[in-house]
Amino acid sequence: MDFLRPASWEEALAAKAEHPTAVPIAGGTDVMVEINFDHRRPEYLMDLNRIGDLTEWEVGEDTVRLGASVPYTKIMENLRAELPGLALASHTVASPQIRNRGGVGGNLGTASPAGDAHPALLAAGAEVEVESVRGSRRIPIDEFYRGVKRNALAPDELIRAVHVKKADGPQQFSKVGTRNAMVIAVCAFGLALHPETRTVRTGIGSAAPTPVRAKAAEEFLNAALDEGGFWDNGKIITPSVAKRFADLCSAACNPIDDVRGTASYRRHAVGVMARRTLTWTWESYRGTRRASEGAA
Amino acid sequence: MRVNFTVNGRPQEADDVWEGESLLYVLRERLGLPGSKNACEQGECGSCTVRLDGVPVCSCLVAAGQAEGRDVVTVEGLADFARQRSCGTGACGGTSLDEARQWQAEGTDSQTGEGSGLSPIQQAFIDAGAVQCGFCTPGLLVAADEMLERNPNPTDADIREALSGNLCRCTGYEKIMDAVRLAAARQSEGV
Repeated sequence: MDFLRPASWEEALAAKAEHPTAVPIAGGTDVMVEINFDHRRPEYLMDLNRIGDLTEWEVGEDTVRLGASVPYTKIMENLRAELPGLALASHTVASPQIRNRGGVGGNLGTASPAGDAHPALLAAGAEVEVESVRGSRRIPIDEFYRGVKRNALAPDELIRAVHVKKADGPQQFSKVGTRNAMVIAVCAFGLALHPETRTVRTGIGSAAPTPVRAKAAEEFLNAALDEGGFWDNGKIITPSVAKRFADLCSAACNPIDDVRGTASYRRHAVGVMARRTLTWTWESYRGTRRASEGAA
Repeated sequence: MRVNFTVNGRPQEADDVWEGESLLYVLRERLGLPGSKNACEQGECGSCTVRLDGVPVCSCLVAAGQAEGRDVVTVEGLADFARQRSCGTGACGGTSLDEARQWQAEGTDSQTGEGSGLSPIQQAFIDAGAVQCGFCTPGLLVAADEMLERNPNPTDADIREALSGNLCRCTGYEKIMDAVRLAAARQSEGV
């Protein structure tokens, strides 16, 4: 094994071009487990910790540019207002020790269906900034996940940052596990209300070969909210609408039975989380509407 | 490969380090610092917790090469680390005459933590009976000490969250909670 230690992003890209099999390591919370257990013996290990700008973030007009190695702890502490869904998801990642090291870039690189950041990124809307010596490109999050632990990266590309849309409405994240800490999701669900476009977006984790959106459920809900004038009148969402939304979210799953849970449990739990996160976010939306009306 | 880094305030050099080796392995097997415990090797148990540039991390998940040029504090250095921290905040005003007379050339072995006294959190763990088999204790001490540095008046929820990455199979955690509450109380009283 060779240990590559690029001191800059350009050096890292050059090294990755020269050694496309090189495994990038930043927080190490996935890669080191595989090496410790001898599941993986990469020819080259490439340390990204010396590249400072990977741990920086910028809050722009409409989006946050989040460096690939910004640890989850920093997201929780600093981006709760801009990226509430991702901040909530970050808080459910493993333990403080892991959150101090791991970041969204690693979650995307590993592309496990159980990665906690994925449902939040899908629901918020995001683009993954990847780069190689050939150039830089942005991959929409919906096109990023390509299979179980497979993503849209070319062998010579590295993940530099993720551009996440700033929240324009309430967002929620929910995760099922046996306890609060140190849990790989049995399944997870992210939901974001986008009042500006009057749309709702979702993200489902650990209940299909890849993280997925429940697109049919979103379309149904968008139409139902529109028809009932809910965005304007701020009424409570009809239980039948919430029920149908939950059923469609369950139907968007394509889960398996494994040690963490059965397929039918996952489908059921995703429905429950869909209904709950919809209620939580919608109640929050109604609250802010009332507050702003009261102020006007 | 060779790795140079600082451990408990001293420059260290580890040779013939395998590229896939963890920081934990280097600490235990190459530097003779077995305080950090090797249990799960997958970041689940927290018994290998150390401070890397001040941040608590699982040393089993840090590649040794990633520690190059960085600063590590292990449980062996916790007492010294805590002492320097309280001196840094002006809590100790030099050495008294009595202390100076009682001075002994201890600390030649301070890398192992022997003869360097105890940090407040270590004393609190003993006083509260928070140690049973002791295997999880080093990780808990490092994690708890860091929390008290950040958050001097933690709620029970804060303590639980800060220690949520450390598994103990003996105590049921109640005595550990007692110990951290005790250390927090003593810290705020300036004992």
